[in-house]
Amino acid sequence: MSVANRPVHRPLSPHLQVYRPQLTSTLSILHRATGIALSVGVLYLAVWVMCASAGPETYAKFQGFNSSIVGRFVLGGWLFCLFYHLFNGIRHLFWDAGYGFELKDAYRSGWLVVVASLVVTAIAWIVGLRLI
Amino acid sequence: MAEFTLPANSKVGVGQTYAAPAGAKNIRKFKVYRWTPEDGKNPSVDTYEVDMDTCGPMVLDALIKIKNEMDSSLTFRRSCREGVCGSCAMNIDGTNTLACTKFIDEVKGDIKIYPLPHMPVVRDLVPDLNVPYAQLTSIEPWLKSTTQPPTRERLQSPEERAKLDGLWECILCFCCSTSCPSYWWNGERYLGPAILLQAYRWIADSRDEAKGERLDNLEDPFRLYRCHTIMNCTKTCPKSLNPAKAIAEIKKLMVERTI
Repeated sequence: MSVANRPVHRPLSPHLQVYRPQLTSTLSILHRATGIALSVGVLYLAVWVMCASAGPETYAKFQGFNSSIVGRFVLGGWLFCLFYHLFNGIRHLFWDAGYGFELKDAYRSGWLVVVASLVVTAIAWIVGLRLI
Repeated sequence: MAEFTLPANSKVGVGQTYAAPAGAKNIRKFKVYRWTPEDGKNPSVDTYEVDMDTCGPMVLDALIKIKNEMDSSLTFRRSCREGVCGSCAMNIDGTNTLACTKFIDEVKGDIKIYPLPHMPVVRDLVPDLNVPYAQLTSIEPWLKSTTQPPTRERLQSPEERAKLDGLWECILCFCCSTSCPSYWWNGERYLGPAILLQAYRWIADSRDEAKGERLDNLEDPFRLYRCHTIMNCTKTCPKSLNPAKAIAEIKKLMVERTI
């Protein structure tokens, strides 16, 4: 077989390995990641309710975990996921209606979502602790 | 299915270094992806030290200088050198753009150059674009009409014509499609931003009479709806067009015709 006709196993050009992370793609993958985290969080919530129905002792155990460092990290992270997914979801609704596609608007709304979710997470955390 | 790592034959190694000529004072390093089908080896990144005092301002100028003076085997596509042909689309400094309109000065540090991402490589910086071209064929990018042709040009009002602005300027360089993670993972079934912008260019044309048929062709979980509004396409377009918005307009029309 001549060199020209030999089958060629072409390499795949680099993609994730070389493409610069940027706000557009980072917020998009974060939306998906927080969505997955929220789905797992629903199970956590279900276990919480089950513990409550199982009696005060079991519930106290679960609450003990919640107030540990790890528990607080899980709850705080989940809270951020909730608000990020909510606000970015609203951003997606605007997009679906055809608004906010200019690059500068997309960047503005992106940063707004990040800041808003951090702030609201902090507020919810503080208010939540006061109510307990 | 998404594969986040490169296949074994595509892992990139370290290549050769080509030193700048003696006496060069203003040197910048160009790290360029190399692969040839002839030697059976994996791709590698070669380093070229280019004397900027004798080089033009654009990345394409440097590539041509390298090919002329340092390594004639370096392979890349180029034609118009002014951003209207789309041939020299490549990944420069981590984003896709045209080498001919990208200033070397815009890049900090070494200038890293790869072919358009997640495409089969023909050689060096030349990707195989057969799939996107076939996808372009699939949307039938020409004016379709069933009515009797007029005896003169098909007229458009200025307002109707204005709807094509931001669409007709596309040069099909595929910077956008190959910047799109969704196109990376589903490129054989998802049409990608470049082709969808083309599709909308014909849907939005007041002279075209096949709007419904065109929308039918796109009504598919993959062809259109793998767009998740990531917006890497709009971010990277070297012509400052907005494929993400064009896709959103198609999605809106899909909804509008069902309600």
